[in-house]
Amino acid sequence: MSPSNPVPLSCQRCQRRPASVHFTRVVNGEKSERYLCEECAREEGAYHFMLDPQLTVHNVLGGLIGQVPESSPQGASSHVACPHCGYTYQRFAETGRLGCDRCYETFRPQLDPLVRRIQGAVTHHGKIPSRAGARLKVRQQVEQLRDQLHQAVEAEAFEEAAKLRDEIRRLEVSATEE
Amino acid sequence: MTAWMKNGGPDSDIVLSSRVRLARNLAHTQFPQRLEGDQGKAVMNQIAQAVETLKPGWQLQWQPLSEVSGIDRQVLVEKHLASPALVQDPVRFEGVVIDPTETVSLMVNEEDHLRLQVFLSGLQLNEAWQLANRLDDELESVLDFSYDANFGYLTACPTNLGTGLRASVMVHLPALVLTRHVPQLFTALAQIGVVVRGLYGEGSDVAGNIFQISNQVSLGFSEEEFIHNLTVVAEQIVGRERNARYLLTQSHALELADRVGRAWGVLTHARIISSEEALRLLSDVKLGEDLGLLTVPGKASFSELALMTRSGYLMKEAGRELSPGERDELRASILRKNLLAHDEGEQ
Ligand SMILES: [Zn+2]
Ligand SMILES: [Zn+2]
Repeated sequence: MSPSNPVPLSCQRCQRRPASVHFTRVVNGEKSERYLCEECAREEGAYHFMLDPQLTVHNVLGGLIGQVPESSPQGASSHVACPHCGYTYQRFAETGRLGCDRCYETFRPQLDPLVRRIQGAVTHHGKIPSRAGARLKVRQQVEQLRDQLHQAVEAEAFEEAAKLRDEIRRLEVSATEE
Repeated sequence: MTAWMKNGGPDSDIVLSSRVRLARNLAHTQFPQRLEGDQGKAVMNQIAQAVETLKPGWQLQWQPLSEVSGIDRQVLVEKHLASPALVQDPVRFEGVVIDPTETVSLMVNEEDHLRLQVFLSGLQLNEAWQLANRLDDELESVLDFSYDANFGYLTACPTNLGTGLRASVMVHLPALVLTRHVPQLFTALAQIGVVVRGLYGEGSDVAGNIFQISNQVSLGFSEEEFIHNLTVVAEQIVGRERNARYLLTQSHALELADRVGRAWGVLTHARIISSEEALRLLSDVKLGEDLGLLTVPGKASFSELALMTRSGYLMKEAGRELSPGERDELRASILRKNLLAHDEGEQ
């Protein structure tokens, strides 16, 4: 969100009116920042992206996503379908919307850079829902214990390893019972 | 009935309302756009049942949109309780959940399965967030929401990822518009990730001088940080608008009084009035009232008067569809009645 270059005060297109709209455009992987006045922004079709993210962002997003070149690795995977809802990245490019929550796993390699572009970040720092969050915590705990188990086995500390394995089993059982 | 439209709350001369919206989806369920037949009904039922289990204090009422008339749907949009996309035909699995004071509402099966909204009057973003957060907690105790350790709450469109939060304030900025400071303000706000749009109309021609100011991104910061940042922005805008008003009273006192007086004259005597003209004049009268240049006998707030200019509201009052000409006539009559004290008003 915070541009590193100095921000121009007048419109980069007409050089006349004050710049009041800022947007980032990505063409063939090249990122360019634009600072335009309202009139010029409207002519370039960026106006609605800034002023009404709710209603018209999909058109603009479609433009952004659709510019993935076919020859790139991302382009090659645009025909992969989400195993849970059948949605393709191509459809997402057309509509700006995903098919289901698990599309985020399916298309994560393509979505990561896109989310970074739109949101300026890729890591959530806000609320954690208590139930889904509790499951996440258990999963993280299990992963930690597995690491410890691995280390214990390598160090031939078998008594310790047995304890860790029991603890992992207990956590996994409690997670599936929920 | 619409509690936030009554005057009140901090800085309510300039900040008409604060809104907090949270986007939520049911885990492992296709997003609304992709829902078909039984799946769509199942989502509707799941949410309706979840609403039933909420503590009675919320007083939330579930309404499937298929049971809401066209005029009533339009009024829901005019009160910001539903989006135009939600009420648009064909209605399939869409619904609304609203409390009697219209403070808390849910949009069901819009772009996301759930859009939880809280509206309060004046600058009360933090209070609105606290309320939304509490309702979200209660809903989450009976519904499984889509959530990812990295992306946070998962939404149909990646623009709402993370917190799913969109906070906004509706502000009345007549003096900043009159002194042509609004484009400058837009520039400054765009650079810090804040989006401004006119509530009625676009660009420099915003009827009623009412602007909606909201956070552009929803990921990367906590809800409290987003709320705090927007609150600071709103306070700054309030300060600038107050300053512009003060300068106007110093430099253009006569012109200002003339403008306010003319607006009052037309609003209380016109027999035919368009919504654009009505909003423009109501904005002048509101400014005059805030500056102590005139006293409005009627009790209706600026937000309520602005709602009265809307065609859905007018048709609801009339109880039938109205032609544009009929609306202009009824609008003039309703505004007259509500601006002048009851009974003393010209009938
Ligand atoms: Zn320009
Ligand atoms: Zn999917």
